[in-house]
Amino acid sequence: MRCETVSLQLAEIADGHTELSPEAARHLATCLRCQAELAQYRKLLRALTSLRTQYVIPDERLLDDLLEALRPPADVYRLHRRNRRAAYIGGIAAAATAGAAGAIVIASRLAANNKPSLAS
Amino acid sequence: MVESAAVDQLVEEAKAGDHLAFEELVRATHADTYTLAYRLVGDEEDARDVVQETYLRAHKGLKRFRGDAQFSTWLHRITANCANTYLGRRGRHDHDPLPEDPPIADLHPQIDPEQRASNGDLRSQLTEALQALPPKLRAVVVLRDIYDLPHDSIADQLGITESAAKVRLHRARKRLREKLYPLGDEEHARAV
Repeated sequence: MRCETVSLQLAEIADGHTELSPEAARHLATCLRCQAELAQYRKLLRALTSLRTQYVIPDERLLDDLLEALRPPADVYRLHRRNRRAAYIGGIAAAATAGAAGAIVIASRLAANNKPSLAS
Repeated sequence: MVESAAVDQLVEEAKAGDHLAFEELVRATHADTYTLAYRLVGDEEDARDVVQETYLRAHKGLKRFRGDAQFSTWLHRITANCANTYLGRRGRHDHDPLPEDPPIADLHPQIDPEQRASNGDLRSQLTEALQALPPKLRAVVVLRDIYDLPHDSIADQLGITESAAKVRLHRARKRLREKLYPLGDEEHARAV
Protein backbone atom coordinates (compact mmCIF):
# COMPACT_ATOMS: atom_id res chain seq x y z
CA MET A 1 0.00 0.00 0.00
CA ARG A 2 1.26 3.47 -0.90
CA CYS A 3 1.69 6.39 1.52
CA GLU A 4 -0.75 8.50 -0.54
CA THR A 5 -3.52 5.95 0.04
CA VAL A 6 -2.87 5.68 3.78
CA SER A 7 -2.59 9.44 4.05
CA LEU A 8 -6.23 9.79 3.02
CA GLN A 9 -7.27 7.87 6.14
CA LEU A 10 -4.94 9.51 8.65
CA ALA A 11 -6.98 12.70 9.06
CA GLU A 12 -9.97 10.56 10.02
CA ILE A 13 -8.33 8.16 12.46
CA ALA A 14 -6.37 10.83 14.33
CA ASP A 15 -9.25 11.54 16.73
CA GLY A 16 -9.54 7.86 17.66
CA HIS A 17 -13.15 7.46 16.55
CA THR A 18 -12.36 5.34 13.50
CA GLU A 19 -9.73 2.71 12.74
CA LEU A 20 -7.41 2.14 9.85
CA SER A 21 -8.06 -0.75 7.52
CA PRO A 22 -5.80 -3.73 8.39
CA GLU A 23 -3.74 -3.17 5.24
CA ALA A 24 -3.22 0.52 6.05
CA ALA A 25 -2.38 -0.35 9.65
CA ARG A 26 0.36 -2.73 8.45
CA HIS A 27 1.78 0.02 6.25
CA LEU A 28 1.67 2.54 9.09
CA ALA A 29 3.55 0.19 11.42
CA THR A 30 6.61 0.33 9.17
CA CYS A 31 6.38 3.74 7.46
CA LEU A 32 8.07 6.60 9.27
CA ARG A 33 6.61 9.17 6.89
CA CYS A 34 3.02 8.15 7.65
CA GLN A 35 3.78 7.87 11.36
CA ALA A 36 5.07 11.44 11.29
CA GLU A 37 1.96 12.59 9.48
CA LEU A 38 -0.27 10.90 12.03
CA ALA A 39 1.71 12.56 14.83
CA GLN A 40 1.09 15.92 13.16
CA TYR A 41 -2.65 15.27 13.01
CA ARG A 42 -2.73 14.28 16.67
CA LYS A 43 -0.82 17.37 17.68
CA LEU A 44 -3.14 19.47 15.56
CA LEU A 45 -6.20 17.97 17.27
CA ARG A 46 -4.73 18.57 20.73
CA ALA A 47 -4.10 22.19 19.81
CA LEU A 48 -7.64 22.56 18.47
CA THR A 49 -9.07 21.08 21.68
CA SER A 50 -7.01 23.51 23.74
CA LEU A 51 -8.69 26.42 21.96
CA ARG A 52 -11.92 25.46 23.72
CA THR A 53 -10.84 27.26 26.89
CA GLN A 54 -9.57 30.33 25.05
CA TYR A 55 -12.15 33.05 24.78
CA VAL A 56 -12.25 35.95 22.40
CA ILE A 57 -13.10 38.87 24.65
CA PRO A 58 -16.18 40.67 23.36
CA ASP A 59 -16.59 44.40 23.27
CA GLU A 60 -17.91 45.76 26.59
CA ARG A 61 -21.12 47.01 24.97
CA LEU A 62 -22.10 43.57 23.75
CA LEU A 63 -23.69 42.43 27.00
CA ASP A 64 -25.63 45.69 27.47
CA ASP A 65 -26.87 45.55 23.89
CA LEU A 66 -27.92 41.93 24.32
CA LEU A 67 -29.85 42.59 27.51
CA GLU A 68 -31.50 45.59 25.91
CA ALA A 69 -32.53 43.55 22.87
CA LEU A 70 -33.90 40.81 25.10
CA ARG A 71 -35.94 43.09 27.35
CA PRO A 72 -39.40 41.53 27.47
CA PRO A 73 -42.13 43.30 25.48
CA ALA A 74 -44.14 43.69 28.70
CA ASP A 75 -41.55 46.10 30.07
CA VAL A 76 -41.58 48.07 26.86
CA TYR A 77 -45.38 48.12 26.96
CA ARG A 78 -45.37 49.24 30.60
CA LEU A 79 -42.88 51.96 29.74
CA HIS A 80 -45.01 53.15 26.84
CA ARG A 81 -48.14 52.99 28.95
CA ARG A 82 -46.45 55.01 31.71
CA ASN A 83 -45.30 57.58 29.15
CA ARG A 84 -48.77 57.72 27.62
CA ARG A 85 -50.35 58.26 31.02
CA ALA A 86 -47.89 61.07 31.79
CA ALA A 87 -48.64 62.69 28.44
CA TYR A 88 -52.39 62.34 29.05
CA ILE A 89 -52.22 63.92 32.51
CA GLY A 90 -49.93 66.65 31.18
CA GLY A 91 -52.40 67.36 28.37
CA ILE A 92 -55.31 67.64 30.78
CA ALA A 93 -53.30 69.93 33.05
CA ALA A 94 -52.29 72.14 30.11
CA ALA A 95 -55.88 72.31 28.87
CA ALA A 96 -57.17 73.15 32.34
CA THR A 97 -54.56 75.88 32.75
CA ALA A 98 -55.39 77.33 29.34
CA GLY A 99 -59.12 77.18 30.13
CA ALA A 100 -58.66 78.92 33.46
CA ALA A 101 -56.51 81.62 31.88
CA GLY A 102 -59.11 82.12 29.15
CA ALA A 103 -61.89 82.41 31.74
CA ILE A 104 -59.97 85.02 33.69
CA VAL A 105 -59.39 87.08 30.54
CA ILE A 106 -63.06 86.88 29.53
CA ALA A 107 -64.23 87.70 33.06
CA SER A 108 -61.94 90.68 33.26
CA ARG A 109 -63.15 91.99 29.88
CA LEU A 110 -66.79 91.54 30.88
CA ALA A 111 -66.12 93.37 34.10
CA ALA A 112 -64.48 96.20 32.19
CA ASN A 113 -67.48 96.44 29.80
CA ASN A 114 -70.00 96.53 32.66
CA LYS A 115 -68.33 99.42 34.47
CA PRO A 116 -70.58 102.55 34.45
CA SER A 117 -69.29 105.25 32.14
CA LEU A 118 -68.19 108.42 33.83
CA ALA A 119 -68.81 110.55 30.78
CA SER A 120 -72.29 111.89 30.35
CA MET B 1 -17.95 30.63 34.34
CA VAL B 2 -21.08 29.62 36.19
CA GLU B 3 -21.11 26.01 37.42
CA SER B 4 -23.18 23.53 35.46
CA ALA B 5 -25.66 22.98 38.32
CA ALA B 6 -26.21 26.70 38.63
CA VAL B 7 -26.79 26.94 34.88
CA ASP B 8 -29.33 24.12 35.08
CA GLN B 9 -31.14 25.95 37.86
CA LEU B 10 -31.17 29.19 35.87
CA VAL B 11 -32.48 27.33 32.82
CA GLU B 12 -35.36 25.92 34.85
CA GLU B 13 -36.21 29.34 36.25
CA ALA B 14 -35.96 30.96 32.83
CA LYS B 15 -38.21 28.27 31.36
CA ALA B 16 -40.74 29.09 34.06
CA GLY B 17 -40.79 32.67 32.79
CA ASP B 18 -38.20 34.33 35.05
CA HIS B 19 -36.62 36.90 32.78
CA LEU B 20 -33.91 37.78 35.27
CA ALA B 21 -32.80 34.14 35.24
CA PHE B 22 -32.47 34.31 31.46
CA GLU B 23 -30.44 37.50 31.81
CA GLU B 24 -28.12 35.63 34.17
CA LEU B 25 -27.74 32.90 31.58
CA VAL B 26 -26.80 35.50 29.00
CA ARG B 27 -24.24 37.00 31.36
CA ALA B 28 -22.77 33.57 32.07
CA THR B 29 -22.56 32.38 28.48
CA HIS B 30 -22.19 35.40 26.20
CA ALA B 31 -18.38 35.32 26.02
CA ASP B 32 -18.43 31.65 25.03
CA THR B 33 -21.16 32.25 22.46
CA TYR B 34 -19.35 35.26 21.07
CA THR B 35 -16.11 33.27 20.78
CA LEU B 36 -17.82 30.55 18.78
CA ALA B 37 -19.61 33.10 16.60
CA TYR B 38 -16.33 34.90 15.98
CA ARG B 39 -14.60 31.67 15.05
CA LEU B 40 -17.36 30.83 12.62
CA VAL B 41 -17.84 34.16 10.87
CA GLY B 42 -14.34 35.58 11.34
CA ASP B 43 -15.42 39.16 11.98
CA GLU B 44 -16.21 41.00 15.22
CA GLU B 45 -19.20 43.00 13.98
CA ASP B 46 -20.74 39.99 12.26
CA ALA B 47 -20.14 37.92 15.39
CA ARG B 48 -22.10 40.47 17.44
CA ASP B 49 -25.05 40.15 15.07
CA VAL B 50 -24.88 36.36 15.22
CA VAL B 51 -24.77 36.42 19.03
CA GLN B 52 -27.79 38.70 19.22
CA GLU B 53 -29.77 36.49 16.85
CA THR B 54 -28.66 33.43 18.82
CA TYR B 55 -30.03 34.72 22.12
CA LEU B 56 -33.25 35.94 20.55
CA ARG B 57 -33.81 32.44 19.15
CA ALA B 58 -32.74 30.81 22.40
CA HIS B 59 -35.15 32.99 24.35
CA LYS B 60 -37.97 32.16 22.00
CA GLY B 61 -37.20 28.45 21.94
CA LEU B 62 -36.17 27.92 25.55
CA LYS B 63 -39.36 26.06 26.43
CA ARG B 64 -38.42 23.46 23.80
CA PHE B 65 -35.04 22.83 25.47
CA ARG B 66 -35.50 19.43 27.08
CA GLY B 67 -32.14 19.20 28.80
CA ASP B 68 -30.97 16.12 26.85
CA ALA B 69 -27.74 17.98 26.13
CA GLN B 70 -26.00 20.67 28.17
CA PHE B 71 -27.38 24.16 27.81
CA SER B 72 -24.03 25.28 26.37
CA THR B 73 -24.19 22.57 23.69
CA TRP B 74 -27.75 23.61 22.82
CA LEU B 75 -26.55 27.20 22.54
CA HIS B 76 -23.62 26.16 20.36
CA ARG B 77 -26.03 24.49 17.95
CA ILE B 78 -28.14 27.62 17.70
CA THR B 79 -25.02 29.74 17.23
CA ALA B 80 -23.82 27.43 14.45
CA ASN B 81 -27.19 27.64 12.76
CA CYS B 82 -27.35 31.44 13.04
CA ALA B 83 -23.78 31.80 11.79
CA ASN B 84 -24.52 29.53 8.86
CA THR B 85 -27.61 31.56 7.96
CA TYR B 86 -25.59 34.74 8.34
CA LEU B 87 -22.76 33.51 6.15
CA GLY B 88 -25.24 32.31 3.54
CA ARG B 89 -26.84 35.75 3.48
CA ARG B 90 -23.49 37.51 3.48
CA GLY B 91 -22.03 35.30 0.76
CA ARG B 92 -20.43 38.27 -0.88
CA HIS B 93 -16.83 37.15 -0.64
CA ASP B 94 -15.12 34.05 -1.95
CA HIS B 95 -12.82 34.20 1.03
CA ASP B 96 -12.83 36.23 4.22
CA PRO B 97 -10.20 38.87 4.79
CA LEU B 98 -7.92 38.20 7.71
CA PRO B 99 -9.26 40.20 10.65
CA GLU B 100 -7.14 42.00 13.20
CA ASP B 101 -6.29 39.82 16.17
CA PRO B 102 -9.03 40.15 18.78
CA PRO B 103 -8.12 40.10 22.48
CA ILE B 104 -8.21 36.58 23.89
CA ALA B 105 -8.28 35.16 27.40
CA ASP B 106 -7.35 31.72 28.68
CA LEU B 107 -9.83 30.35 31.19
CA HIS B 108 -7.39 27.96 32.81
CA PRO B 109 -3.97 29.61 32.86
CA GLN B 110 -3.05 27.71 36.04
CA ILE B 111 -3.07 24.35 34.28
CA ASP B 112 0.34 23.15 33.10
CA PRO B 113 1.77 26.63 32.41
CA GLU B 114 5.01 25.35 30.80
CA GLN B 115 3.17 23.19 28.35
CA ARG B 116 0.80 26.05 27.64
CA ALA B 117 3.68 28.41 26.99
CA SER B 118 5.27 26.00 24.53
CA ASN B 119 1.91 25.52 22.85
CA GLY B 120 1.30 29.25 22.65
CA ASP B 121 2.97 29.71 19.29
CA LEU B 122 1.20 26.73 17.80
CA ARG B 123 -2.15 27.99 19.01
CA SER B 124 -1.65 31.44 17.57
CA GLN B 125 -0.56 29.90 14.25
CA LEU B 126 -3.55 27.64 14.42
CA THR B 127 -5.93 30.52 15.06
CA GLU B 128 -4.50 32.26 12.02
CA ALA B 129 -4.74 29.12 9.91
CA LEU B 130 -8.37 28.62 10.97
CA GLN B 131 -9.28 32.13 9.91
CA ALA B 132 -7.66 31.51 6.53
CA LEU B 133 -9.86 28.48 5.85
CA PRO B 134 -12.94 28.89 3.66
CA PRO B 135 -15.96 29.41 5.98
CA LYS B 136 -17.55 26.08 5.01
CA LEU B 137 -14.49 24.09 6.01
CA ARG B 138 -13.81 26.25 9.05
CA ALA B 139 -17.32 25.75 10.43
CA VAL B 140 -17.02 21.98 10.45
CA VAL B 141 -13.59 21.78 12.04
CA VAL B 142 -14.46 24.41 14.66
CA LEU B 143 -17.69 22.65 15.64
CA ARG B 144 -16.20 19.16 15.64
CA ASP B 145 -12.66 19.57 16.92
CA ILE B 146 -13.01 22.55 19.24
CA TYR B 147 -16.63 22.30 20.43
CA ASP B 148 -16.99 18.53 20.14
CA LEU B 149 -20.38 18.56 18.41
CA PRO B 150 -21.28 15.20 16.83
CA HIS B 151 -21.27 14.84 13.04
CA ASP B 152 -25.05 14.50 12.76
CA SER B 153 -25.65 17.67 14.76
CA ILE B 154 -23.10 19.60 12.69
CA ALA B 155 -24.76 18.37 9.51
CA ASP B 156 -28.17 19.46 10.84
CA GLN B 157 -27.07 22.96 11.76
CA LEU B 158 -25.18 23.53 8.53
CA GLY B 159 -27.90 22.04 6.34
CA ILE B 160 -25.66 19.40 4.78
CA THR B 161 -25.49 15.61 4.87
CA GLU B 162 -23.44 13.83 7.48
CA SER B 163 -21.10 12.43 4.87
CA ALA B 164 -20.57 15.93 3.44
CA ALA B 165 -19.73 17.12 6.95
CA LYS B 166 -17.14 14.34 7.28
CA VAL B 167 -15.59 15.16 3.91
CA ARG B 168 -15.33 18.82 4.87
CA LEU B 169 -13.77 17.91 8.20
CA HIS B 170 -11.19 15.73 6.46
CA ARG B 171 -10.31 18.54 4.05
CA ALA B 172 -10.15 21.14 6.81
CA ARG B 173 -7.83 19.01 8.96
CA LYS B 174 -5.61 18.29 5.97
CA ARG B 175 -5.33 21.99 5.09
CA LEU B 176 -4.57 22.94 8.66
CA ARG B 177 -1.90 20.28 8.93
CA GLU B 178 -0.29 21.37 5.67
CA LYS B 179 -0.35 24.98 6.84
CA LEU B 180 1.12 24.26 10.26
CA TYR B 181 3.59 21.62 9.16
CA PRO B 182 4.85 22.50 5.72
CA LEU B 183 6.91 19.87 3.88
CA GLY B 184 10.19 19.23 5.61
CA ASP B 185 8.76 19.81 9.06
CA GLU B 186 7.96 16.17 9.61
CA GLU B 187 11.07 15.56 11.67
CA HIS B 188 9.77 18.07 14.18
CA ALA B 189 6.41 16.36 14.47
CA ARG B 190 8.07 12.97 14.79
CA ALA B 191 9.91 14.22 17.84
CA VAL B 192 6.64 15.22 19.57
